[in-house]
Amino acid sequence: MTNAQLAGRANEPLLEVDDLRTYFDTPRGIVKAVDGVSLRVDRGKTLGVVGESGSGKTVLSRSIMNLLPKTNTIREGSVRFEGRELTTMKNKEMRTIWGAEMAMVLQDPMTSLNPVTKIGEQITESLGIHLNEKGKVAKAHAVELLKSVGIPAAERRLGEYPHQLSGGMRQRVTIAIALACSPKLLVADEPTTALDVTVQRQILDLLESQQTQRNMGLIIITHDLGVVAGRADEIAVMYAGRIVERAPTRELFARNRHPYTEGLLRSIPRLHQPSHSRLQAIPGRPPDLVDPPAGCPFAPRCNYAQDKCLTETPVLAPHAAGHEAACHFPVGTTAGQEALARNVAAGRTAAGTPLDSTVLATAGAA
Amino acid sequence: MDAVRQEFDPPRTTHGNAAQGDVSTPMPNLGAPHPGAPDGAGPIDGGTGAVAEAVAGPPAKKKRGFGVTFWLAVTWLVAVLVCAVFANILPVKDPLVPDVLNKLAYPGPEHWLGTDGLGRDTLARLVHGARVSVTISVTAVAIGMVVGGFIGIIAGFFRGKLETVLMTIINIILAFPALVLLLVLLAFVGRSLVVISLIVGFLSIPIYTRVARATTLAVAEREFVRASRTMGAKNSRVLAREILPNVVLPVAAFGLVAMGVVIVLEGTLAFLGLSVQQPAPTWGGMIFDGKRYLSEAPHVVLIPSIAMFLTVLSLNLVGDSLRTRFDVRGSNL
Amino acid sequence: MYVLRRLPSLIATLLAVSILTFLMTSLLPGDPALQILGAENATPEAIAAVRSELSLDDPLPVRYLHWIGDALTGDFGRSYRTNEPVSQAIIERLPVTAEIGLLAIVIALAIAIPVGMLSAYRAGTRTDKVISSTSFGLLAVPNFMVAILLILVFAVWLGVLPATGWVNFTDNPVQNLRSALLPALSLAIAEMAVYTRLLRTDMIATLQQDFVTMARVKGVSNRRILFRHALRPSSFSLLTVAGVQVGAIIGGSVVIETLFAVPGVGRLLLEAVLVRDLLMVQGVALVIAVSYVVVNFTVDILYSYLDPRISHGRSSARV
Repeated sequence: MTNAQLAGRANEPLLEVDDLRTYFDTPRGIVKAVDGVSLRVDRGKTLGVVGESGSGKTVLSRSIMNLLPKTNTIREGSVRFEGRELTTMKNKEMRTIWGAEMAMVLQDPMTSLNPVTKIGEQITESLGIHLNEKGKVAKAHAVELLKSVGIPAAERRLGEYPHQLSGGMRQRVTIAIALACSPKLLVADEPTTALDVTVQRQILDLLESQQTQRNMGLIIITHDLGVVAGRADEIAVMYAGRIVERAPTRELFARNRHPYTEGLLRSIPRLHQPSHSRLQAIPGRPPDLVDPPAGCPFAPRCNYAQDKCLTETPVLAPHAAGHEAACHFPVGTTAGQEALARNVAAGRTAAGTPLDSTVLATAGAA
Repeated sequence: MDAVRQEFDPPRTTHGNAAQGDVSTPMPNLGAPHPGAPDGAGPIDGGTGAVAEAVAGPPAKKKRGFGVTFWLAVTWLVAVLVCAVFANILPVKDPLVPDVLNKLAYPGPEHWLGTDGLGRDTLARLVHGARVSVTISVTAVAIGMVVGGFIGIIAGFFRGKLETVLMTIINIILAFPALVLLLVLLAFVGRSLVVISLIVGFLSIPIYTRVARATTLAVAEREFVRASRTMGAKNSRVLAREILPNVVLPVAAFGLVAMGVVIVLEGTLAFLGLSVQQPAPTWGGMIFDGKRYLSEAPHVVLIPSIAMFLTVLSLNLVGDSLRTRFDVRGSNL
Repeated sequence: MYVLRRLPSLIATLLAVSILTFLMTSLLPGDPALQILGAENATPEAIAAVRSELSLDDPLPVRYLHWIGDALTGDFGRSYRTNEPVSQAIIERLPVTAEIGLLAIVIALAIAIPVGMLSAYRAGTRTDKVISSTSFGLLAVPNFMVAILLILVFAVWLGVLPATGWVNFTDNPVQNLRSALLPALSLAIAEMAVYTRLLRTDMIATLQQDFVTMARVKGVSNRRILFRHALRPSSFSLLTVAGVQVGAIIGGSVVIETLFAVPGVGRLLLEAVLVRDLLMVQGVALVIAVSYVVVNFTVDILYSYLDPRISHGRSSARV
């Protein structure tokens, strides 16, 4: 391989998702779980996807992995992995990519390991499938993997069952399984949600160090902005099946543009705040994905909502280099300030949500 | 009776409800959970299920009513019941009068469903035989349901030592293959219609106890019952107002399925020559008698077999549909 | 060890079952002496003689201890009718019943496991609906009806298998299998339906589990996922129910053995019951009940091998 080719490949994104849509045909109607999402992940970079439950982030991860059933699922758009189109691949072709080039860590380590199979067997399985490693070679490799994810007494663990390990240890095992064949992309779907707070950090550090060592692309999907705050290179905020704001991490925390992102940021406890300051909750709940309201899906919960928001769906618009937000009246802009002021004066937003004075005080301060 | 056991035995498994039969049918696919899928697409049993519609069909409204199969089954059961009650007035021939010249006749205008080995009219014998099946199954199920239901509710509501003792006894009785117990009792006690009904009813008590107890446990955990207990309602009041109404329906639905089992059991007894004494017609007895003519006139066996099959199938269908609907454990609050 | 921990409960159940068997046959109306002698020979002196010979006048607990003590040494007394030792009659017949029952379970499982898995794998499709409806329908067919239909088809119409009779395995293995096939099939059909439905339900639940997704993401083939990952965790209730259903097979063997004229324990029991051969009934009932309890105990032990969480004392953990 020549240098030029290498350079060319290095510039090519590892994963490129373009206008991906995933709809489910259910008896209640069509659920638009993912509705036109575009993403890009480069080698060695981390993308954080943040959204509350029901925002479609889990479906997004399964769509990227091409794991969803083919029946009664409507899929459009494209997912290109190293230039290869995944959405049209059959399971048989996917199997050469799954585990070998793309891997996944799931939310709950209690359920993502087979309860009746020894840990060693669960690790060596993909070694056998993709690297053709068997017997002692595979076993040695498995021990090495367990050691690399920080599991003590790795040899002994191989013969144990998942229920004999703690939650954190189990998540380390699932990471070891995911990393077994040195994938180029790792999708971690809420990797720390089911764990104790003390363990969460360790697992995130582990993911980060493994990513750096292996120059792997990493997607961390979470409902908690705090999880990806210091670790992701770029953050995409998801709401109602769409990406509403996307920016490099530093930029997002410094100059968020979307009112939803603002709400998420305000719901994180801050050390510099006085100890009894109230955390802001975002009022309301995410919209029903079966029959999403016209206009901006966040409008009913948004302090900035104007009449335009109820009729016209905003699209992602650039704000700075690599920073896009889908909002008619972005936070921190004149339009946004005016919109908020109008709503304050009226005591309610255009969507009819009453504004309470404490919200305004904090909003003004921000 | 053993056939029923599995239906409501809380098996010693980690799956819990999974073994209770098909309460709901989740989406098909290997692995990936279907985040857009609704919970429990509906019953699949007996092909009545709205599953196909739910899975592949257009975005229609979820099917709420019972299907055509359900109503066909109900119709058949009503017909059997009418035959049993009005056997004497219905315009059928005398079930005991032989017509030797016409024996083993195929169905025709003279004998609509043919005749048996002695030339007795099959239709008439079916109608009168329904009486035995219905009497035994209704009596037995009533006894089992009342006594077993009572014990089960008491055990499930008061818990503690009482429950331990009661359930231990129940489990020991269940450790006996039911037919063996039944045979031994029958042989030494006698075999009139009343005795058979009583014994079968007595033997089915343990199963109802388990069903009633399991349902009571589930109901007692529900918010409204706990609320009413914490607010200081008397036990008797909670039992009568909250528990009983919620336990009766699931137990009754189970009773329907059990009725089918009793009908088969009676057939088995007749087959072994241990049911009601001849010449009174019973379905099992008709099948047993007809077996002799299997090679020359298989319809003599097949017709009563079909009648019994349809009845048991209908009971299973109706019972299962109702059970799915009333299942306390399946519904979430 | 798990086996040892479960042992006390096994012994307690066996004890309870033996007491129940004894009480059931002893407390029933009718004087055994009268039955032994027959109405015409039953002079008061003769009755008294028989009663003292059988120690029928002792208090019940004493009689129970005598009976169970003898039973433990393999002595169940002699048949009132044939004077044959009860234990010998049982030993002769037990292998026949065991062979048919075992064959029935093997056939049922051999069909139910692949069919149930297919049904779950294709849940909601036409294949699944056909399988589900068929198995639901089969639940409503009594075993004697199955037996008659099988005789009609295989013995009367096709003439390929014998309708009745029994050939010992030692005499002619092939003929033995041929004579065992129809009785075993008759018992297997209903079991098959029960197992299929159960496995389907559990398998559908398992296929929704995260660890199956994990296996897919590892690049494991569907076939391997079904057989290596999903089957074992889906088979817990199947195993339990298969144990419980042994009771149905024992009960069914009474009918089936009678129908096919097979010399098994079920038919022995029926014949003893019909002539009120008290000691024979007691002995056979005890052996049947004990076998049933022991089978279920074995299932329990097997279960702990299938589910490692149990032998490690964490049975409450969910799959």
